[in-house]
Amino acid sequence: MGEIMEINKDLIAASSTPIVLAILAEEDSYGYAILKRVTELSGGRMEWTDGMLYPVLHRLERLGHIEARWEVAESGRRRKYYSITPGGLAQLAEEHRQWQAVDATLRGIWQALYLPIPAGHPSAAPLPQGG
Amino acid sequence: MSTPDPAVSLEEQIDRWRGYLRRRQAVHSADVAELEDHLREQVAVLADAGLATDEAFLVAVKRMGNLDALSREFAREHSDRLWKQLVVVPSDSGEPRVRARTDAIVVFCLAVVAALTVKAPALFGIQLDQDAGFYARNVGLFVLPLLTGYFVWKRRIGTGTLRWLVLAFVAAGVIANVYPFGGDLGGYTEVLTALHLPIALWLVVGVAYAGGRWGEVGGRMDFIRFSGELFIYYVLIALGGGVLTAFMAMIFQAIGIDVEPFFESWLLPCGALGAVVVASWLVEAKQSVIENMAPVLTRLFTPFFAAVLVMFLGTLLWTGRGVDIGRNALIAFDLLLVVVLGLLLYSVSARDPRSPAGAFDVVQVVLVVSALLADAVALWAIAARITEFGFTPNRVAALGENVILLVNLAWSAVLYIRFLRGRGSFTDLERWQTNYLPAYAVWAAIVVIAFPPVFGYI
Repeated sequence: MGEIMEINKDLIAASSTPIVLAILAEEDSYGYAILKRVTELSGGRMEWTDGMLYPVLHRLERLGHIEARWEVAESGRRRKYYSITPGGLAQLAEEHRQWQAVDATLRGIWQALYLPIPAGHPSAAPLPQGG
Repeated sequence: MSTPDPAVSLEEQIDRWRGYLRRRQAVHSADVAELEDHLREQVAVLADAGLATDEAFLVAVKRMGNLDALSREFAREHSDRLWKQLVVVPSDSGEPRVRARTDAIVVFCLAVVAALTVKAPALFGIQLDQDAGFYARNVGLFVLPLLTGYFVWKRRIGTGTLRWLVLAFVAAGVIANVYPFGGDLGGYTEVLTALHLPIALWLVVGVAYAGGRWGEVGGRMDFIRFSGELFIYYVLIALGGGVLTAFMAMIFQAIGIDVEPFFESWLLPCGALGAVVVASWLVEAKQSVIENMAPVLTRLFTPFFAAVLVMFLGTLLWTGRGVDIGRNALIAFDLLLVVVLGLLLYSVSARDPRSPAGAFDVVQVVLVVSALLADAVALWAIAARITEFGFTPNRVAALGENVILLVNLAWSAVLYIRFLRGRGSFTDLERWQTNYLPAYAVWAAIVVIAFPPVFGYI
């Protein structure tokens, strides 16, 4: 596992919507599994405070991007599953477009500055096994 | 942390954590369930990785984040939740939802039955406008048995108690209808029966409301709280009904139809009785959701009433005026004592008995003592002229009520002053008030049962 990087709160807040929507676009999921997927995807670099995911999910639900339903999990407990809605898919496409623009801008400026990318960055090293 | 049995202690720890989270206003029970599912899965995964359960629990809780920060996030997302909403049918699925819905259906049916009961006598030729006396004497009997029935059903009251409740209503029905009253509300005793029967029957409702807890201070105190809230809800519903009626009259006036006959014979009587059931149910449904209004109003008005009474006594002393006792003065002072008792009762009902005496308690004592003095002055003046006025049923009933209220407030003042001086506990005052409840009903029953024959049904 890579070192845990402190990511700016604002950045986490801004990226949470596309990340959650994208994970739910893959398949329906629930809180714990979503967090596990985030850890996997980021190679352990993005650590959200577990509880904070839920207000985000509830906000996306209120905005109509995702839908919730209660199911009984194999453990016998009631579990709240979330799935993405057509509106959520549209929002995801929009977020994708915006983040690509941000990403492209940053890439351009990083290259112009010749800033060395520290080792351990996903783009510099092979993807570590998350989880 | 010592953990003799890890499995039990994990459940206990999760229980405690859940309880802690539930106290947050912005976090609803569905959210707690969602977070708990997360916590359990995290604990299971960590335990699989080799951690002891209590360690796994601590790590999982830490990863969940600071609960204050978390509930702040919830509050930001669900700001509406800080305004406690009355949710009659909870949105979580499961058993409570089914129960709440059944409850709502039962209440709706009872309200409809209450509304129809008042129209039933008309089928037998007893009309509201011609037999006002019949309706006035039986007003409690139209709705209170249904309300009692609701609580019997809700509290699963056994047949032993049920028999007494039924007996009380049957006896009330017989007494209200076999005495040879004039039937036009012309006689004193008929009016007294109409006024006092609902008071006596309200105690029967109280026994049903408290379920098996009528013998306890807590059960009776809950009934006092319920009565206060019911009164406030009823007034609010009545105001809403007034607005509805005004609009109805106005728009039908525009097309040349007079709704007054419909209003007088249907909307007002049916609405007034149905609303008792509906208001009771609202109070039941909201008791833990919305702050009780009666204590809030009490807090607001106790200082004002105390100030008015102190000013009254001061003026009396300063000017040396005698109290000019008219015929209705006794009733006016009875009402004053009722209001003061209400103020006392609802501040007692909302006060934590363990908290120390404060400035508000002093104001309360000033209020009670000044009301007692004012009443004593009035009684003095009345006593001097009672022979001149004569002992009519009204005057005897009012005098009896005055004595009952006076005794209650006088002893309350003694207990309160003892509490202020640190010689007694606040619980004594609470117990005195709850034990005194039957006294009002007994006096009301005496007025209903004994007065008409004693005074010759005048």
